[in-house]
Amino acid sequence: MKKLINTPDTLVDEELAGMAAAHADLIRIEAPNVIVRKDAPRQGKVGVISGGGSGHEPMHGGFVGLGMLDAACPGAVFTSPVPDQMLAATKAVSGGAGVLHIVKNYTGDIMNFEIAAELAGAEGIDVEAVVMADDVAVKDSLYTAGRRGVGGTVLAEKIVGAAAEAGADLATVKALCQKVQDNVRSMGMALTSCTVPAAGKPTFDIGDDEMEIGIGIHGEPGRERRKLATADEITEALATPILDDMPFQKGDRVLAFVNGMGGTPLIELYVVFRKLHEIVAGRGITIERNLVGNYITSLEMAGCSITLLKLDDELVRFWDAPVHTPALRWGV
Amino acid sequence: MGITTADLASVLEVFADRIRAAREELTALDSAIGDADHGINMDRGMTAVRELLPGLRDGDAGTLFKQSGMKLISTVGGASGPLYGTLFLRMGTALADAHEVSTEQLAAALRAALEGVVQRGKAVLDDKTMIDAMTPAVEAFEAAADSDLHVALTAAASAAAAGRDRVTPLIARKGRASYLGERSANHQDPGATSTTILFESLRDGLGTSG
Repeated sequence: MKKLINTPDTLVDEELAGMAAAHADLIRIEAPNVIVRKDAPRQGKVGVISGGGSGHEPMHGGFVGLGMLDAACPGAVFTSPVPDQMLAATKAVSGGAGVLHIVKNYTGDIMNFEIAAELAGAEGIDVEAVVMADDVAVKDSLYTAGRRGVGGTVLAEKIVGAAAEAGADLATVKALCQKVQDNVRSMGMALTSCTVPAAGKPTFDIGDDEMEIGIGIHGEPGRERRKLATADEITEALATPILDDMPFQKGDRVLAFVNGMGGTPLIELYVVFRKLHEIVAGRGITIERNLVGNYITSLEMAGCSITLLKLDDELVRFWDAPVHTPALRWGV
Repeated sequence: MGITTADLASVLEVFADRIRAAREELTALDSAIGDADHGINMDRGMTAVRELLPGLRDGDAGTLFKQSGMKLISTVGGASGPLYGTLFLRMGTALADAHEVSTEQLAAALRAALEGVVQRGKAVLDDKTMIDAMTPAVEAFEAAADSDLHVALTAAASAAAAGRDRVTPLIARKGRASYLGERSANHQDPGATSTTILFESLRDGLGTSG
């Protein structure tokens, strides 16, 4: 294992200390490992928090700030945070208007957030939760844990955060988050594995001439191992199941999000975006907004994911609203 | 004489040792069908529990398990934290204020623990989870509870291992392994494996008492 770290055990703590030093104008770090918006709690504003394992940076901590999250709870690498963190975050951002938990659909995340919501409820804080589950690579059936929460989560955090900033109440913020979930679909792929620092070895073996289609964001193998293909073929292999799933239809307006898994440079992501643009336009669908870059990653994994969100005027308005966080900033 | 809190603390110590020893194996099993952290997370949790044990072994068994469960929930994360945390919390509730535990009481505590894990994780038999090791283990312990404690513990540990192995060929239907569909078949489940270690720790930790 070759990594720019001191020790696996101190990695997350040292990362948070670095973030606090770099972004003291936006965030503060509270025990036990919670990233909180500097001016939280804001009276009368719905608090919006999320959390998950570390290793997906900048998600979620990089999205704490004006117009997005009020707090984020980073767990150990690829491991759900614990209820103590979510409870501390909920209390830190509670301004009397309730708190929304944006939870990605993973068994551990769901159980830990459930326990935290019970504890927060016992302390008199109104908590609602929305579960993000947008990965079309996983069959949503009684025989799986359901679709994974992936790229759609980033878009939900931006849009929901803007609504909360504008003063929407808890029920409205929750319904908006559910609306994003209902209209967003994603799929990812990997060219290489990633190495969990504490494990010290790559999570899976993959040949130089192979790729994994349908990869999750934890290096959990996808559904299919294929021979390596061109960027255009890979884009087609990801875009087609997404477009066919909801399905997206002629005349739809979408936000297209091409995300890097951590080890893929922007030069390659733009090649993917170019082909995605062509495929989507070919179906009579308009890309009205886009996001290209490394926003929900799997450590140093090479690969990408594509997310499409069907837009309407309300979603466009909240997407365009000002945001000022360590990782996303516009309109301010 | 029944099982003392100190005996049960020894079980947790044995469990912590065995999880430490199996750390790489559990993580390797989890790499194949999960997210490569089960051994790491369980070891972090049980290391924290081990530090509590000296302060708990002279108290009642309920407090021992409650404190251990809370510690796991606040240190492990993932799915294992809430599941093993709930397992121990329910044992703690069942054994509240008990300084000496009979075989029947232990059976009732294990049954309550199983019900708690099912409730929290919403898994059923054959989903290929820790439930598949825990259910036959609890049933075997109950069936043998009126005989010798060691016989019952041995039956439970064997049943857990058999349950773990029985579901290896199956397709996982819960947790991250379920995302793999058919590719999860013929991989040993990490959760069923750590649960088997728990019942083996019960057998070996209580082997000489009761």
